[in-house]
Amino acid sequence: MIRLVPNQAGQIRRSERVTFTFDGMPVEGHSGESLVSALLRAGHLSLRHAPNDNAPRGAFCCMGLCQECAVVIHGQIVEACRTDVTAGLVVDRA
Amino acid sequence: MTEHYDIAVIGAGPAGGNAALEAARSGLRVVLLDEQLAPGGQVWRAKSASIVAAPATPEGRAGDALRSALGASEATLRASTRVWDIRRQTGAWTLQILRDNTSLEITARTLILATGAREYVQPVPGWTTPGVIGLAGATALFKQSLSLPGNRTVVSGTGPLVFYVASEIRRLGGTVAAVVTPNSRADWARAVPSMLDQPKLLAQGAVWLADLMLARVPILWGHAVSDVLGADHITGVKTRNLRNSLAGPEFAADSLCLGHGLVPNIEAAQMLGVPIRHDASLGGWVPEAEPDGATNIEGLYLCGDGCGIRGAVAAGLQGTLTGARVARDLGKSTPAPSLRQWQRAARFGQAMTALSRPRPEVQALTTQDTIVCRCESLRRDDITAEITTGAASANAVKSGLRAGMGPCGGKYCQTAIAGLIAAQTGKAIADVPPPTPRPPLRPLPIGQAVGDFDYDDLPIPKPAPL
Repeated sequence: MIRLVPNQAGQIRRSERVTFTFDGMPVEGHSGESLVSALLRAGHLSLRHAPNDNAPRGAFCCMGLCQECAVVIHGQIVEACRTDVTAGLVVDRA
Repeated sequence: MTEHYDIAVIGAGPAGGNAALEAARSGLRVVLLDEQLAPGGQVWRAKSASIVAAPATPEGRAGDALRSALGASEATLRASTRVWDIRRQTGAWTLQILRDNTSLEITARTLILATGAREYVQPVPGWTTPGVIGLAGATALFKQSLSLPGNRTVVSGTGPLVFYVASEIRRLGGTVAAVVTPNSRADWARAVPSMLDQPKLLAQGAVWLADLMLARVPILWGHAVSDVLGADHITGVKTRNLRNSLAGPEFAADSLCLGHGLVPNIEAAQMLGVPIRHDASLGGWVPEAEPDGATNIEGLYLCGDGCGIRGAVAAGLQGTLTGARVARDLGKSTPAPSLRQWQRAARFGQAMTALSRPRPEVQALTTQDTIVCRCESLRRDDITAEITTGAASANAVKSGLRAGMGPCGGKYCQTAIAGLIAAQTGKAIADVPPPTPRPPLRPLPIGQAVGDFDYDDLPIPKPAPL
């Protein structure tokens, strides 16, 4: 089939794969990619629960505004969309 | 720690980046602040360190050009910094900044705000379900990580962004389940005359559309996503034909990119006292500023999408205009660039913005039990009940329900809430201004707000004599 927009996935070279943990589970990501990107690829869509109705929530604005992707790293609440994946990173639910 | 500059620029997108470059060229000491890891803004967002090699894109090239120009310039770049408070003190601006969990104070004679835009997403049932991300949010994933929102994605929303996102998903190897856009073909036909000035962009759009049609991706014109299905994660969407309000086809999907236009980020300008006005053709509430950035406040200038959605090309040109104006106002002999190019680019940008003008049939997608305020899980019913008891302004709804006091600070509910207030009270939308912005402009750990004194430094008065 003719494609006017070529599939370029095969031409992308990514950094080494590293393992980090989310909520105690091992997750693979590429070193230096955004945590949201790695979590989405691994199928971790639900990252936290809304405080008032306990409904599941996941990354939404992906640009550091909505705070839906808040997770805990080193005891601090951080936005997963503004955090890079590193080997051995321990990511907990907020 | 305090650093001093002639000029502080907040936001390193096309507008702020070019303003900093132009001002630095005249020999002024400039600091450029941005909350992302690298300059470029949302539109020219830089690739992360995880990308070793990848095919070039027009946005990537434009961003790289800006980043290398900034690298070669005398302007000081402070990326990964968040400005959370701005005050005018003794003729200078004092900025409170959070960087790597440390506090930094910057003072500057002149302040340029290039705060850009955020996305408007009309609340629909299920839009808080994990797997639903903004259309502009999806572009952040593409540009920074070259990654996909899921394996099978419905792309829905207004304006050109919906076709860009669908096309990028295909370029990065993903599958587009459907494109669902409230715009009709007639809406686009009306926009085309204003696009003729930018033939490259027009041609690019035609390629995206033709590719989707060749790939037999369903394109639903005049339709919207009316429901998101799934509990812990999205499993599919229902659609609605906006002309006759009848149910459209359903699509199975593991991800949805949803967006209904861009909204200027005006909080900082509004907080500093710049008058605001409502102009739907510019994306809603905009602060008053001249084309060269000047405002009614001494030493304060605005440029780019933060003072009206005119697009990246116009933003870059306005950044240069503003940088030159600031340099002149600080006594340099920088010539004023012509306004012509900016005006042409702005015409194109505003034609695109017009495609995302709010329309009642899209606003009607927010049903009674749809969550409007994501942070506080407030439903439309909660908001309308508050308006019924007399809350006729955004401030009143905020005080009564906390809509706008959650972690996002109202960035994702206020447009919808203003629409509900206008509809229920009969006010014009231009008579329902956003709530009074207050610091912190961004969430920050309380330890940062406290400052750098020790407990022992607290002055404890002598106990009163018994």
